[in-house]
Amino acid sequence: MNRARTSRLNTVAAHAALLAWTAIALFPVFVILVNSFKTRRAIFAEPLSLPSEATFSMVGYRTVMAQGDFLLYFQNSLIVTVGSLTFILLFGAMAAFALSEYRFRGNMLMGLYLALGIMIPIRIGTVAILQMMVATGLVNTLTALILVYTAQGLPLAVFILSEFMRQVSDDLKNAGRIDGMNEYAIFLRLVLPLVRPAMATVAVFNMIPIWNDLWFPLILAPGEATKTLTLGSQVFIGQFVTDWNAVLSALSLAILPVLVLYVLFSRQLIRGITSGAVK
Amino acid sequence: MTALSLENVSKSFGEVQVLRNIDLVVEPEEFVVFVGPSGCGKSTLLRVVAGLEDASSGTVRIVGRDVTRTPPAKRGIAMVFQSYALYPHLDVEGNMALGLKHAGESRAVIAERIATAVRLLSLEPYLKRRPAELSGGQRQRVAIGRAIVRKPDLFLFDEPLSNLDAALRMATRVEIARIHRELGTAMIYVTHDQTEAMTLANRIVVLRDGKIEQVGSPMALYNDPDNLFVAGFLGAPSMNFLPAGRLGAPGATVGVRPEHLRLASEGPLAGTITHVERLGADTNLLVTLGGGETLTVRLFGQHPQQVGDAVALAFDPANAFSFDREGRRIRH
Ligand SMILES: Nc1ncnc2c1ncn2[C@@H]1O[C@H](COP(=O)(O)OP(=O)(O)O)[C@@H](O)[C@H]1O
Ligand SMILES: [Mg+2]
Repeated sequence: MNRARTSRLNTVAAHAALLAWTAIALFPVFVILVNSFKTRRAIFAEPLSLPSEATFSMVGYRTVMAQGDFLLYFQNSLIVTVGSLTFILLFGAMAAFALSEYRFRGNMLMGLYLALGIMIPIRIGTVAILQMMVATGLVNTLTALILVYTAQGLPLAVFILSEFMRQVSDDLKNAGRIDGMNEYAIFLRLVLPLVRPAMATVAVFNMIPIWNDLWFPLILAPGEATKTLTLGSQVFIGQFVTDWNAVLSALSLAILPVLVLYVLFSRQLIRGITSGAVK
Repeated sequence: MTALSLENVSKSFGEVQVLRNIDLVVEPEEFVVFVGPSGCGKSTLLRVVAGLEDASSGTVRIVGRDVTRTPPAKRGIAMVFQSYALYPHLDVEGNMALGLKHAGESRAVIAERIATAVRLLSLEPYLKRRPAELSGGQRQRVAIGRAIVRKPDLFLFDEPLSNLDAALRMATRVEIARIHRELGTAMIYVTHDQTEAMTLANRIVVLRDGKIEQVGSPMALYNDPDNLFVAGFLGAPSMNFLPAGRLGAPGATVGVRPEHLRLASEGPLAGTITHVERLGADTNLLVTLGGGETLTVRLFGQHPQQVGDAVALAFDPANAFSFDREGRRIRH
């Protein structure tokens, strides 16, 4: 048996599988993008064909832009997503560091309590959350959304990050202490860079559901000034008529920022993985 | 002034007492090695000295100053870890400079200290490399350099050679001994490897279950152990023990080092060779006696004995050690 040939075969098989998977995963995105540039008639007649001279149309994008507030929705979504991710990562990492680094009474219980949220969907508490937001006057603010999403993301963040931080070498932290680093410097300069792949994972896991969420924007911040992109796009979907050109164009635009954020985070992910591999 | 003095130091983790009433004095310029089996508390004791763990009770003094409640950075110590513990995001120079920067030293001082350490350890070619781009031996030299630049009153080493291969271990051991001679600073060195202990130490501290079993120079411990544990722990191959009754000797146990056993034509210790190790300079024989006990015999030079040969063993009673039922040495 020729080893070189088997491994070549394996490579081909692996690439074929990966390519097939990529095609399947990208297909819906492809359909959305392609059809967003077509006339309404062409969308329904030949949904899979590329736009030709006859069927090319920017009407969807024009409708979306003419809606005026679309840029604002975009901005709202970005603020909510980036703000929530920042707080999830910051507070999640801080809590994880305390849990993994210090021996104190109730450490285990505290860890369990913080992780409990993983199993309980936050939407169960929607009514209570809404009452709280009404009482604090936070209804129709982006702050309300950021607070809720931070609460929603923290349990898993604490759980994942504390597991990773436990694996950071004690000797390294102790070397830092002997060199005069305080606990904040050890956290920020030694531990955080080493768990960067885990941070990226947490960020990616949280980013998509927050960006796409319809539930909380609809309930907590349905006002015109605080509408998110997902909520804003709903105007094009009517009970009787749906403006498919506009819906597809809005979706195409909505994909972009998530894609950028994802590329940023996944680069961190890959860097973390390879830096471990060559060590 | 003494480099370190420990007075009645104890340490517990919750219910578990890991260090029990440790008293120890380390003189200036002395090289002291802590040895003991894995889990006996060597690292914990070193970390108490470093300030990485607080002593549950007792006092730690470094060059006369009570540092029991002082943070590690202000104790005047430097530490080298088994896992090197270099900062992965800094190059070699940055690794050595970090502690000095935190101590607020001027750039000129930092540059001069680093230059000295680099010369002492031949680190010149690696200054701009990250730890990931260095071999294990190079990393450990950088870690030693990082300790040297701090100009500590006391160096602490926690099994610094355990991650290196045998050849490198020997070379680095020699290097550490040379650095100790050149700097003349007191050093405490933790190891479970008795060769390192014997070759490096001015004085060895043997620990067991968080207690000091015996303190003394390597030869004092080897030639005059206080108890069964120390006698068995130092020396490779380790000492043979036989029930005293079998030899008609006083006490409960008799110990004879393998090199003090010789082959005889006949005697009470008759048995069969069950294993032979030929090392070139030495030949080690494992001999199983009629009673089932196995003794190790260390013969100098090369010998023709084969597995299965019947032999008798003899020794000079002056070279034997007697121990009582509790394992304490009976001195005549
Ligand atoms: N942080 C800790 N919490 C609880 N037990 C510990 C801790 N550190 C060490 N121990 C226990 O103390 C004992 C001595 O450990 P150590 O000093 O590391 O031994 P060694 O002599 O191998 O260096 C071990 O039984 C270990 O389990
Ligand atoms: Mg240890």
